[in-house]
Amino acid sequence: MKKLSSANLITVLLLIVFFISLIVLEQLIAPTDRMNMLLVSLRQGSIFALLAVSMNLLNGFTGLFSLGHAGFMLIGAVTYAIFSIPLAYRDMVYLYYDYVIKVSFPEIFGNLLGGPGMMIGVLISIILAGLVTALIAFLVGLPVLRMRSDYLAIATLGFGEIIRAIIMWQGMGRITNGANPLRMFTRTDSFNITIGGYTFGLITFTLALLSAVGIFIILLLVTSSYGRAFKAIREDEIAAEAMGINLFKHKQLSFCISSFFAGTGGALIAIFMGTVAPIQFRAAMTYEFLLIVVLGGIGSITGSILGAMLFVFASMWWLRGLDSGAFLGLERITIFGVNLGEQVFVSGFRLVVFSVIIMCVVLFFRRGLMGDKELPYYVDKIRSKFKPTPKAGGVDA
Amino acid sequence: MKRFIPIALALILVVGLLASCGAPASQPAPPAQPSPSGDAPAPEGDAPAPEGDMPELVIGLFQPATGANGAGGRQESLGTIFANYRHPYVDIGGVTHRVRVEQVDNQSSTAHGPAAAADLVARGIHFVLGSYGSAVSMASSDVFRDAGLIAMGVSCTNPGVTRGNDHYFRVCFLDPFQGQVLASLAANTLNADTAFILSLLGDDYSQGLSNFFREAFEANGGTVIQENFPEGTSDFTAFMNNARAQGAEVIFAPTSVEAAALIISAADIVGVGIPLLAGDTWDSPQVVDAARGRNVEVMVTTFYQEGGAPEWDADFKAWLNANPTQLANNGGTDIIAGFTAMGYDAYMLALDIFHRAGTLDDREAILQATWDTSFIGPVAGLIEFNEYGDARRNTAFVKMVDYRGVWEFYAEQSL
Amino acid sequence: MSLYEFVLANLMSGISIGGQYALIAIGYSMVYSILRLINFAHGDVFMLGGLFMVFLAATFPLWVAIPALIILIVALGFTIERVAYKPLRTAPRMSVMISAIGVSYLIQNLALYFTGGLNRMYPNIPWLSDPITVLGVTTRRVTVVTPFLVIALVFALVWLINNTKIGIGMRAAAKDFDTSQLMGIKINSVISMTFVIGSFLAAIGSILFFTSFPGVFPAAGAMPGLKAFVAAVFGGIGSIPGAVIGGLLIGVSETLIRGLDVILGPANLGIISRPLELATFSDAFTFILLIVVLVFKPTGLFGDKPTDKV
Repeated sequence: MKKLSSANLITVLLLIVFFISLIVLEQLIAPTDRMNMLLVSLRQGSIFALLAVSMNLLNGFTGLFSLGHAGFMLIGAVTYAIFSIPLAYRDMVYLYYDYVIKVSFPEIFGNLLGGPGMMIGVLISIILAGLVTALIAFLVGLPVLRMRSDYLAIATLGFGEIIRAIIMWQGMGRITNGANPLRMFTRTDSFNITIGGYTFGLITFTLALLSAVGIFIILLLVTSSYGRAFKAIREDEIAAEAMGINLFKHKQLSFCISSFFAGTGGALIAIFMGTVAPIQFRAAMTYEFLLIVVLGGIGSITGSILGAMLFVFASMWWLRGLDSGAFLGLERITIFGVNLGEQVFVSGFRLVVFSVIIMCVVLFFRRGLMGDKELPYYVDKIRSKFKPTPKAGGVDA
Repeated sequence: MKRFIPIALALILVVGLLASCGAPASQPAPPAQPSPSGDAPAPEGDAPAPEGDMPELVIGLFQPATGANGAGGRQESLGTIFANYRHPYVDIGGVTHRVRVEQVDNQSSTAHGPAAAADLVARGIHFVLGSYGSAVSMASSDVFRDAGLIAMGVSCTNPGVTRGNDHYFRVCFLDPFQGQVLASLAANTLNADTAFILSLLGDDYSQGLSNFFREAFEANGGTVIQENFPEGTSDFTAFMNNARAQGAEVIFAPTSVEAAALIISAADIVGVGIPLLAGDTWDSPQVVDAARGRNVEVMVTTFYQEGGAPEWDADFKAWLNANPTQLANNGGTDIIAGFTAMGYDAYMLALDIFHRAGTLDDREAILQATWDTSFIGPVAGLIEFNEYGDARRNTAFVKMVDYRGVWEFYAEQSL
Repeated sequence: MSLYEFVLANLMSGISIGGQYALIAIGYSMVYSILRLINFAHGDVFMLGGLFMVFLAATFPLWVAIPALIILIVALGFTIERVAYKPLRTAPRMSVMISAIGVSYLIQNLALYFTGGLNRMYPNIPWLSDPITVLGVTTRRVTVVTPFLVIALVFALVWLINNTKIGIGMRAAAKDFDTSQLMGIKINSVISMTFVIGSFLAAIGSILFFTSFPGVFPAAGAMPGLKAFVAAVFGGIGSIPGAVIGGLLIGVSETLIRGLDVILGPANLGIISRPLELATFSDAFTFILLIVVLVFKPTGLFGDKPTDKV
């Protein structure tokens, strides 16, 4: 990536168009509008994209089969929540404990600098969430990263559960509110900006932008010399070590950075959901991200983003009809006296269809949607159809 | 193969878009209509205009159908669906509106609840009923607020639901009240000095109610031993042994109904020989089935005791028995749970609010009409709201079940 | 109830659940030692064992339902291997494990769909679920029966592995997958047999487990499955006695941790004055144990010794 190739330029332009249309869409669509599900799905999809990319950094680029993502997300979400609940609300949140942490960054900076200050406070809380997560990941990494690949998987899975138990323990209650949910932190409408009496909703844009920044940083890392070292470790640990790559140092680096973004992603999820309860962050959540990474293609950042978007759009929006008795008009069909709408399309069917699709990808399209290619590669391919020029450089594979 | 992937991607996108566009036009999950032999829905008020151009009041039913609270959510939904069947029209501002109920399954999960709520909101609803389970109500509260909607909790008893906001109301009693009622039952009626509380870790309902019980029971001079179990626990014999080992005279288990059957069976195996107390969630046919033939005594507080409105009971049962799907949603029996009655009353209250507000979309008017409520619920009595938006309730029913396997009225407790 | 009775009740319950973990753990251990695959779906097969029984017992008498259940679960284990793992035999190991996670996801969602996500009560199995009193502690008969049944099954299995042709094939494949193929071992039938045995034991385990803890829900197999895998690692992957000892240790320690607040509490030892809610850690402790073992003795307790390697 010495200079911005035209394929990359087009990609950047596409992204700019995407973000501008996001702002426009958010003003046009009211929450009661049918299309609002588009915005909700975009919010969740972009956060999931960041989380999937951060998992891909570890599992796809470094070849470390880690299953501790949910635990790290939980640390991030809880840290964010603790440092963001306005002091006035804390009594309503910490019902059974005397809280010890009495700092709310959004509130402090909001009082100091007004509206935009709150955003700075939110940002500080998010970064803090990432840092705390990375620190804990560093400690977890010390024993875990020396293990063999499949033992690594089960050990990280175990750490996810241990982290959850510690956060849920009543002994931690004065900090984490124990097993009770943390809530009343940032409201979705606190991201609105009022200019000249007109209010602009920016929550979708903000979440997507923050996720995009995170993904961009991971992209820079992956294309740097560190990224090449990660890939070398993935391909062959012994050969990588022989080439002078410090295995443990690089694994630890990848693990901590991945966890940093798992933590920030957890904080964003907290903003999206409005409630953080440890009980939500189970191993099953990690599996979902792993399946997203597989769906998109292990080792492709674009793939993880697309996979996350598809996963969220399909499971939250498009396939919802499969649960509530109406899908593409198929509900009117009756086979062998079984009416699809009333007897087949009931709660849970959406997830069945969804898991069958995922199994098909796992078994028959092992490379996923994108393989290990990125968006500029496809931009180039499409362009070359119209203009028969040799492929431009800058494709990171 | 390489060409396949972009094509597949495109296909999925197209199908997805079609599905999402196709969905809104369709009717909600049809509350299975009773057999044609049943009496036709009686229109309320004046003769309605032809179906086609009649304006609609859309009520969003935000209830779990799956997950830990799925069973209770289905029962509560039944009450609302039955109410909609009996009273499908409402007069708003002099115009007859047809009432349509839109349902979504919030999966009893605070993680999936907000997205389900957003989906419900996007279907153009005017009012929200639900949810069974306080945690998911609180988690989804902001979605309704941002959409400018007013929500009516039906059986979510945690105080947090209505605190700190002006759009969430509720028709049932609260956990502090319920905890006091149960504590007074344990201390005064059952003469217990030591109570053993068994609650679910990380569950708002469970932790909240046990806390209120503990406060009230200790204020009466009693001793409380509390143990929490992690979600997914299915062996309660150890806890029952603990209870016995520490000389408890009553066990209080404010848990979801999922754990109820396991706790009852463990109490039987260990032979605790002391009464089990529980809150509104245990008002379920599953508890009756679990207790039948076992050496246990279970007492629960509930919103409505069957027999309080005999005509309504008979009417509802006839409707329920006419359709096997509905019967299955009620747990396979025609025992009426308190939630079902509340689901019915909440729907009727919603109609009353819109009737008085005289508008479908003037939020201020609807909000004012909600605050001004003084409505006599057809089944469970008068509803008026206090400063938080909670219905003023000062009576709870206590009913009991033992080896005989039928609910029996035990007491009516007031404070 | 005295402290002695309380500890005894917990111990018995722990040994029983440990034996049930052991039965699941053997399935994990055998599959892992041959394919180097953590079969994440094994716990869900175990859960399906519970769910099938709920439906079977509703229509058939028990003497039909139990054999039918075992046949169904064995067939399921066989099918999963053929459909989801065999096509990936040459793929990287991570792909196979992802496939296993995918199967687990699919099974759980199917169970969610067909049960409506509601908890199903496991049927009462007459003799097994009757209460009995042993040494002053009242429990179900299954608690007492489990350890003996587990020991009997383990002996049968060890004999099978040591003395039959298929057992020799399993040991050879575990030792060196590629060489054993060259030596004329029909690797596919050996692998299928491994899954058949694993599923058989999981079916038996499900009957014992759900008789003790009669709630079946879609995720009911996830945690016992993970714990069973930890038990297998703890005892040393591939070692059958190791899996049993690992299972027992995990079962006993988790029940004792659940009761620890009472044992240490004012009514008994008086070390703590109010409950610490240590029960929160009853699941996490299993994983703490796992990490300690993996750090200090990665081969597990019996991994080094030439015990009955599958």
